Amino acid sequence: MIVSYFVPPAQSWKDDFAIWFEILAAFAFVLGAGNLLKMHLQKVSSRQAGWGFSVITIVAFLVTLVVGLGKVGVNPNAAFPEYAWSGNKMEPGSSWFWYIFEYVYLPLAATMFALLAFFIASAAFRAFRAKNIEAILLLGTAFIVLIGRTYAGIILTDWLPEPLRFDRLTEFIMDVFNSAGNRAIMIGISLGIVSLSLKILMGVDRSYLGSEE
Amino acid sequence: MFVFFRDLDRRWIFLAMFLAIAIPLLIGIRFPEEPSQMVRNVYQEIDQLEEGADILLAFDFDPASQGELQPMAAAFTRHCALKKHKLYFMTLWPTGVPMIEQNIRILTTEFPEYKYGTDYVNLGYKPGMEVVIQSIVSEGNLQELFTTDNAGTSLKSHPMTEKLGDILKMNLIVNVSAGTPGAKEWVQYAATPFNLNMVAGTTGVGAPALYPYIPKQLRGILGAIKAAAEYEQAMIEKFPDLKENKDAQEGLRRMGPQLVAHLLIIGLIVVGNIIFFVDRRRGTTS
Amino acid sequence: MRVHVLPGALVIAATLLLAPSAFAAPPAPPKNVTAIDRPDDAGSTIKLKWTPSTKNPADARPVIQYAILRKTVGNEFKEVQTVAATESMFSDTDCENGVEYLYAVIAIASDGSRSTPATTNTPAVASTQYFDGKRSWFVVILGMITCSIIYFINLAHRGHDLKIRKITGLEAVNEAVGRATEMGRSCLFIPGIQDINDIQTVAGITVLSRVAGLAAEYDATLEVPTSRSLVMTMARETVEAAYLAAGRPDAYREDNIYYLTDEQFGYVAGVTGTMVREKPAACFYMGAFFAESLILAETGNSIGAIQVAGTAMPSQLPFFVAACDYTLIGEEFFAASAYLSGEKHQLGSLKGQDVGKLFGAILLVVGCLLATFSLNSSKATFTRLDKNRDGSISQSESSQMSKAEFAEIDKDKNNTLDSEEIGSFKSGTVAESLQSATDYIKDNLLGSNGF
Repeated sequence: MIVSYFVPPAQSWKDDFAIWFEILAAFAFVLGAGNLLKMHLQKVSSRQAGWGFSVITIVAFLVTLVVGLGKVGVNPNAAFPEYAWSGNKMEPGSSWFWYIFEYVYLPLAATMFALLAFFIASAAFRAFRAKNIEAILLLGTAFIVLIGRTYAGIILTDWLPEPLRFDRLTEFIMDVFNSAGNRAIMIGISLGIVSLSLKILMGVDRSYLGSEE
Repeated sequence: MFVFFRDLDRRWIFLAMFLAIAIPLLIGIRFPEEPSQMVRNVYQEIDQLEEGADILLAFDFDPASQGELQPMAAAFTRHCALKKHKLYFMTLWPTGVPMIEQNIRILTTEFPEYKYGTDYVNLGYKPGMEVVIQSIVSEGNLQELFTTDNAGTSLKSHPMTEKLGDILKMNLIVNVSAGTPGAKEWVQYAATPFNLNMVAGTTGVGAPALYPYIPKQLRGILGAIKAAAEYEQAMIEKFPDLKENKDAQEGLRRMGPQLVAHLLIIGLIVVGNIIFFVDRRRGTTS
Repeated sequence: MRVHVLPGALVIAATLLLAPSAFAAPPAPPKNVTAIDRPDDAGSTIKLKWTPSTKNPADARPVIQYAILRKTVGNEFKEVQTVAATESMFSDTDCENGVEYLYAVIAIASDGSRSTPATTNTPAVASTQYFDGKRSWFVVILGMITCSIIYFINLAHRGHDLKIRKITGLEAVNEAVGRATEMGRSCLFIPGIQDINDIQTVAGITVLSRVAGLAAEYDATLEVPTSRSLVMTMARETVEAAYLAAGRPDAYREDNIYYLTDEQFGYVAGVTGTMVREKPAACFYMGAFFAESLILAETGNSIGAIQVAGTAMPSQLPFFVAACDYTLIGEEFFAASAYLSGEKHQLGSLKGQDVGKLFGAILLVVGCLLATFSLNSSKATFTRLDKNRDGSISQSESSQMSKAEFAEIDKDKNNTLDSEEIGSFKSGTVAESLQSATDYIKDNLLGSNGF
């Protein structure tokens, strides 16, 4: 991979590696599904605490798998009407898979993401304390950005000269302090990556292979 | 009272947050928006292109983040259609296809003169994560990698994709992303090495990490609902007909709850700190 | 008879005069057609450039396409491709290395009429380059950093004592596992939600190895739910080896390392469910995290677990900092394995990294200084550039320009000059080349690792 980055004729190697990884990952998917079923079947058979959830997991998994692979409810592609499986598996209003996606997966995923708003509120209440100078600076910045990101920033600070208005200050904080901090972290991280990759390539750190000592 | 707040069960906070979002949403509180310079820069990138420019719309987000990102994806799509650009939709997320379809519905309902295959095409999902980006930037590879559209129809049968060529033909890459692969990968593997123009839309959490790429590698970004609302406002200023279109103001509509939620968070931080100081004083005096 | 011919000729002449469109003049040919071997590639590609036909005859139809023709020396031209009129560049990817090609470009108008061909004067030859010249800066910087890391690893190997600052987050790992043992509850380890091709996952697994070693030693239960099956396999092998190394192979439970789902929020739901039901005493989050970071960490906090997080996702760091007891920020996370191992030669790599950082900082400072002091000259260049374009903006006007306007000019510049010209313009001063070097550190170093 490193060679292919610098040597133009070797650049296609990268694609080949990627394809191999995809193939491996596809097999791994079967492995994962098998493991999932095994774990939950074990839980159900031994009536472990919460085995009811395992039943739901197994049923949901199998139903989605069958509906998705079997393209249940999908009409064939207009260009190939003789092939029943040629249709779009996400055909709105007809495909069962689409129904699962639209009315089960979509609301569930959006709900989990929306939980963030609640957790942010509770984390802000609990953890955002002005313990020292750094924390006070952080609090001040958070206050400006939180207000500046809404219309309140404009109403409350409209009377100030333009560069001091909260919405403008927010832009300034994001452009200057945020970019500078992020760049520093990025440089540190990339050096960390180089160092770790090198250690792995040189065999200095082999713990990830499980072959240490 | 003090003890109640000090030992506050976080379910009270959850309830307060729920009300802070639900009530403004139900009442429909709206606030005016003023597009920031960053949003104007992004807007300008699409607006300045000549009619019929080729734009790659890479929508790398999923249903989980659509609440935050769909308004800006819709605004981009609508703006491109108003400017009569040619649109190529694609996604690197398997769950991104329905997101593209949502935006195509905007084209079919609001722009009936826009024809599939002539004015826009849905290239669909391509597995392989960021490696796909690395592959399509090679010459002629867009054509080699994409042979059919999302519905499985040969791209050769559509006038606009008969000769798809390579990514260099795109006048602009518009990426809306919620994670990896997303804007960062598009910047690193496509926009930077090939000097392509690119703008991105991302979640509020993801935006700070993209600022370091502006303005050289990324022309601008839209961060979260706030920027989407500003973008909608910028569009309304230019195309006043959109004032009547409720769907074109999704971002603006969501800014009401956002304001109240932000105020609640500030209030919580203030209360939290009061408790902290009172506690500390009591601790030191006792 | 002659009497009849004359009116006929008159009719034809009148038709020609009155309806020029039917016999429109051919469009003007493009100009300055050049063909060169595309630099820094694997060969078989020639890059063609031309200036579009601007001054079309008044009675010619607009140009809608350009036809590209090619021939080998001594043969006839054959059309290889047509491109839209908006294009002024074409890469012929179907060339044989070492063969001399001549090209011609013909403008095609909307009525199908073709201009005279504009041809290249010198033949172009495609060739393979075995080193990508654009990346030479990158090689130099990478080489320096690599050498310094290797040097310090060797130095440590030879017994030199290297001072490494204390990382409290990592000191806490011991404490966390110990507390879980005391309380008779389990430890939960989350290796992020990316696959093993993400270096952060690998870094997470190296930390898992140390945590598993401690868990084996203290006889604590270690649970590892993963969101990728390959990560599960890798984690199983790592933990098993760690238990073996600690002399407790009997205590290893394969079923405690299991796969949940690839789906981000499905995984979060599964993990938080486990947290709430089993109430682990210690939670470790080590790997690549996205929006789920706060949900996981807040849930962990609500059950009173001691929490240590480590990630290189800058956007998720604030959440971990707020909700966890200890957070390893970026490079600390990559240093974790070396730090926890306590092996001298591993610690050497951290020292090498610091040299890289110092080098980066020096480059940044020098670049900034040079850029600042050469600001006036670059402003002048902008003005020069602009004068070339339309000659309308003066030096004083340019110095009053806002950043946004500069950006605007920058855009125009990109539109009017081709990339080579911009390249030479950029590499014009030492400051700019140094800046491009710092840019490499900032951008490419990161990009190359697919992080």
